[in-house]
Amino acid sequence: MDWMAWTWPTAIFFIVIASILVTFTILAIKFPEAPRVGILRIETTRGDRLFITLLGSAFINLAWLGVVGANQPFALVVCLVYAAAVFRWV
Amino acid sequence: MKNDNSMAWMLVLPALILLCIVGVVPLLAVFNYSFFDIFTLQDRFWVGLEWYGDLVGTPELYHALGRSVLFTCVILAVQFPLGIAIALLLPQQTYTSSFFLIVLAVPLVVPWNMIPIIWLNLINPDYGLIGYGIKAIGWDFDYKFNALHTWILIVLMDTWHWVGLVAILAYSGLSSIPQAYLQAAAIDSASKWQVFRFIQLPKIKGVLMMGLLLRVMDSLMIYTEAFTINAGGPEGATSFLSLELGEEIGGFDYGPAAARSVLYFLLVLVVAWIFQLSLRRQNEKEA
Repeated sequence: MDWMAWTWPTAIFFIVIASILVTFTILAIKFPEAPRVGILRIETTRGDRLFITLLGSAFINLAWLGVVGANQPFALVVCLVYAAAVFRWV
Repeated sequence: MKNDNSMAWMLVLPALILLCIVGVVPLLAVFNYSFFDIFTLQDRFWVGLEWYGDLVGTPELYHALGRSVLFTCVILAVQFPLGIAIALLLPQQTYTSSFFLIVLAVPLVVPWNMIPIIWLNLINPDYGLIGYGIKAIGWDFDYKFNALHTWILIVLMDTWHWVGLVAILAYSGLSSIPQAYLQAAAIDSASKWQVFRFIQLPKIKGVLMMGLLLRVMDSLMIYTEAFTINAGGPEGATSFLSLELGEEIGGFDYGPAAARSVLYFLLVLVVAWIFQLSLRRQNEKEA
């Protein structure tokens, strides 16, 4: 696996993403949920909202890098607030 | 009775494994490389988020993004009306229609690196057919140093290459419209515009959406044609996202190129998601 240049930070990042995906898959099987329409006026399931959260978080981190600088823990706090908002209102 | 459908998962497994090998694994590797100053795997130095910071902190990225979006908008505005018009003019379900479809498909099978060479020869004022025409009308066409002329040439070339795809897709959609609709319109004395607006256009919307997705993705990754014409010039006026990436790969700057690739991947995800939403909405409307 050396050709993929793995490091602990990137490995932990992907382990967290994979764990979230597995958790949401199990949740979707165990507790199926009907889609709902939120403020975006689109039907979303838990999986859709997770996708919107992850994609949005990536852009929040990039914007943080460009505007504030490489201080990602604070960007992560913004991402958590964003995630809560997406799961509540989207 | 137990509904056992696990066999379906087994049948999907080879495709999933293949997708992992050609899609997920290279993506993970590129993501990892984006955190290194890397030339070879042995000579790599951890730089963290430095490349991402450099990338989003420079105006060149946004300029290239703007040029790419503008190019996509221009070619969609040109190729879709033109492709639909060609499809409407084609005779329906006759032997001649097959001939015209083959003619339309020819540019689609020309290797991409040959297309700019064909066009550079065509516009050559000494021996190119279009070049002779341009000289005859007295137009001082200078694609090397005039940005507007370079854009005109690239849009013309891309239209020649891809309008056939739009026309073929639109033609396939038009061919599938049941004759009863058109007969009913004829009985109601509907004009040609009304037939197009209320029968043909809604019926070909599905195939046009597929064409739109293909054209948006292809136009965002235009490289070979634009690079051969003027290498992003004059003064970066045709330096699209993919050309900037190509420049970094060509300069062996693999770390910044990997960071740029990850960013482009995120942008493509957004575009694909918007398309998926519109397709879903369209299906819901039809259902």
